[in-house]
Amino acid sequence: MTSRFKSFPGTSLSEEDFAQGEVLFVHDALKAEYARDTGVGIGAYLAGLRRGVILGSYCSHCRKTVVPPRVVCEWCFRPMSEYVPLRDTGVVNTFSLCYVTWDVQRISQPEIPAVIVLDGASTLSETSVVMGGILHKLSEVDPKAVRIGMRVRAVWKPPEERQGAITDILYFKPIEE
Amino acid sequence: MNERVAIVGVGWAGFRPKTPDLSYKEMIYQAAVRAYHDAKVDPRTDVDSFVTVAEDFHEGTSIADEYTPDQLGAVMKPMQTITGDGLHGLATAVMLVRTGLCRIVVVEGHSKASNILTLDSITAYAQDPVLNRPLRLNTHMVAGLEMNRYLHESGTDEEACAAVVVKNRRNALRNPLTSFGADLTLDEVLAGPPLAWPLGVHQTARPVDGAVVMVLANEQVARSLTDRPIWIAGIGWCNDTPSLESRSWATLPYLEQAAHMAYRQAGIRTPFEEIDFAEIDDTYAYKELQSIEALGLCGFGEAGALLKEGVFDLDGAFPVNASGGSLGAGHLLDATGLHRALEAVLQLRGEAGAHQLEDVQVALVQSWRGVPTTSGAVAVLTN
Amino acid sequence: MRKVAVIGAGMTKFVRRALETPKELAWEAAKMALESCELTMKDIDAVCFGTAPDAFDGVHMNGEYVSDGAGAWRKPFMRAFVGGGTGVFSSIQGWYHVASGMFDVVLVVAEEKMSSFYPHAQAAFLTIFDNFTERPLKPNLLWIFALEMNRYMTTYGLKKEDIARVAVQHKRNAADHPCAMLGEPNITVEDVLNSEVLAWPVQRLDVSPISDGAVAIVMAAEHVAKRLTDKPVWIEGVGWNLDTAYWTNRDLVYPRYVEYAARMAYEMAGIKEPRKEIHIAEPYDPFDYKVLHHLEGLQLADRGKAIELYLDGTAARDGNLPVCPSGGLLGVGNPIAAAGLMKIAELFWQLRGEAGARQVPGNPRRGVAQAWGDLMQIGTVVVMGR
Repeated sequence: MTSRFKSFPGTSLSEEDFAQGEVLFVHDALKAEYARDTGVGIGAYLAGLRRGVILGSYCSHCRKTVVPPRVVCEWCFRPMSEYVPLRDTGVVNTFSLCYVTWDVQRISQPEIPAVIVLDGASTLSETSVVMGGILHKLSEVDPKAVRIGMRVRAVWKPPEERQGAITDILYFKPIEE
Repeated sequence: MNERVAIVGVGWAGFRPKTPDLSYKEMIYQAAVRAYHDAKVDPRTDVDSFVTVAEDFHEGTSIADEYTPDQLGAVMKPMQTITGDGLHGLATAVMLVRTGLCRIVVVEGHSKASNILTLDSITAYAQDPVLNRPLRLNTHMVAGLEMNRYLHESGTDEEACAAVVVKNRRNALRNPLTSFGADLTLDEVLAGPPLAWPLGVHQTARPVDGAVVMVLANEQVARSLTDRPIWIAGIGWCNDTPSLESRSWATLPYLEQAAHMAYRQAGIRTPFEEIDFAEIDDTYAYKELQSIEALGLCGFGEAGALLKEGVFDLDGAFPVNASGGSLGAGHLLDATGLHRALEAVLQLRGEAGAHQLEDVQVALVQSWRGVPTTSGAVAVLTN
Repeated sequence: MRKVAVIGAGMTKFVRRALETPKELAWEAAKMALESCELTMKDIDAVCFGTAPDAFDGVHMNGEYVSDGAGAWRKPFMRAFVGGGTGVFSSIQGWYHVASGMFDVVLVVAEEKMSSFYPHAQAAFLTIFDNFTERPLKPNLLWIFALEMNRYMTTYGLKKEDIARVAVQHKRNAADHPCAMLGEPNITVEDVLNSEVLAWPVQRLDVSPISDGAVAIVMAAEHVAKRLTDKPVWIEGVGWNLDTAYWTNRDLVYPRYVEYAARMAYEMAGIKEPRKEIHIAEPYDPFDYKVLHHLEGLQLADRGKAIELYLDGTAARDGNLPVCPSGGLLGVGNPIAAAGLMKIAELFWQLRGEAGARQVPGNPRRGVAQAWGDLMQIGTVVVMGR
């Protein structure tokens, strides 16, 4: 029917329309605050981070170790068998060099988000589509030198500064091997 | 055929003002495991589709449907989120089964209200952002406006509204899934502090945490899974205008239409005679009376008097909110309609325990999405 | 199973910043869809509505707020939500409303006004991430796309200059769309490669723009559709599938959820060889590499090989499998839910031979539309045919 319609609704505004006060608007800021119960699985994970340990959980039914830990295996819907401490080293599964912050400020030195598959957790294989990866950032590295497959190690906050949060790990950095 | 749809399993967790021991995902998991056990189904192999009801700002997460599948056993399955009440979720599941595309569908709703620190300001973001929100009024005022006009036009008095509170919180004393059971007097309710006059604090349901999961199936599957399926004989839903400036305040056209749709499917012409009991909206006490009238259980302005006569009591001719309702159990945000449906299922199965009603076959369940909306849903359940 | 047809469609222009409010955008699209099949609201039994996260609008229960604009006054109204997959899903929602036998004629409206979020809609996306394990790292929305694109490119050894041809073709296609925001007949691969690096490997022109807009369609049961039009376009298959939220626990190289959704839709449509039986594809294209990803998930290309459809001309408007003849999100614009439903509207127009300058030659008989969303997690697929 588009071929029959000659004009379409919708009126485009420009920045000048706003700058010149041509368009009125109501400004409002959200006040939405939450205090979340961490529960059993994530509660254990965060408590582990405060101690300097990254916990995963193991499903004996699927023979998979995943991170962060949870109470139920989403693949077989059985309760997870046990918590498993993982190593704080791993392999970069993918990464980016990001030149804008979360609130869209331009930065000259990129942030380097990466998915890191931790040693001791499940890895991809012919028979497994599940891997024990987490999202974190890389640092102490030349952005141009980052590669998929690179081995990295966690750099932790000093123990007295840890709060039981994902940011108790400051970042991951390459392992010299 | 797939015309008839039954509830074949129910599960729940929480139903407390605070649930600090569990994350919302873990609470949902508890409810889901119970429902699957009850229905004797494995979500990984037996369930064809999943439906969650949720609103982003209640979750504190944008695109909250991201986090719905794992704790339900719904990973890599057809799963959707309805931004509606639990009864909208049930209606969605009914439609999916009736298409013939799905044999078994799961519906989930939950509330982690205790984790929301600024619930009132979030509810205020449901007001019209240009016309109403700049007035900076607490959204309960919408209920105050509605109650005032309803009392004015219907001739219902404040004592009748207080009597709803007395009834429902007394009913809640018999029901373990409640948090606000109490043996109050009319005077105690009426003497409570005002919230948005004529609405009082004691006439307003308080939010609680909880999760409800239901398993629905087509007739053939339902009969193979259980010898006591609860049939969804009719389900309807409707909206009126969201505008505060042009809505009907005293009557509830959206609820009348939703009820008409559900009754038509269920073949019900005289609801008061043909239905045995109801679990209906009592987010605010006056809403129970206003809804009873909109549902056609009595004429406009008659519910208050019938209530005072005891018609809607636990041992009355037409028990309303025998469970204690939202005033007695607490309000489960988007899961509230599923909470009411859960209570109706337990009654129809004869599993309600100390508040079990005798000889019940047909239940009426109704919900409203709360201020400032005009969105309601109605279901008729039978055993 | 009742047969369900699309019998009318309408859309607003997609613009960076619309004068109209969300209610007004929804109403404009709905009005146009109704007029296109000569119906009025009296003929509509129920309304389905799609819009992406409430955070854009800063409106809680945004569906309730927009409902009257979408025509839901004193009508059964429901809003389904599957993130970025919502637009295509809204037509699946309309389908099951009708196919269930509960309604005969349904209005489906998808609306998005992203410009309300101040100063930039991208910041609203922080709250899509896990509140414990991800949000404290302050992720930008672009991270997940860049992580996925890098994984995809590196695994298959794809070149940026090849992937850029997707953006070029879609923006050129959009030059023929009267509602397009970014139609550019003369854009080149160099323009894309020289655009600002946002989150390597993602550059400015690899990405669709945030936009305002609305799209509406009218869906009807067979007996009504045949009475109202001699050119109904049938919903032949629907599929949707949601993967785990633990996105760092899976390989982003391939969208299995799209494959599952596609297989569900193809099975319902009786399609055994999609590459032969589908004549037009409107896969979801918020980023150029995503088209390739989705074509592979839709089984229209082998893994890692979708780029060949662009290199050898197959995906061109006059090729053997035209891809996004509308111009897609990259060209027409990306008001999220509306952009998904735009793909359904495009198939409707294309299959009726009414797409004007965008018309795919050869009287196409069947098309597939697909959208995607959440944490690289949901696939929604609809097969339409005449």
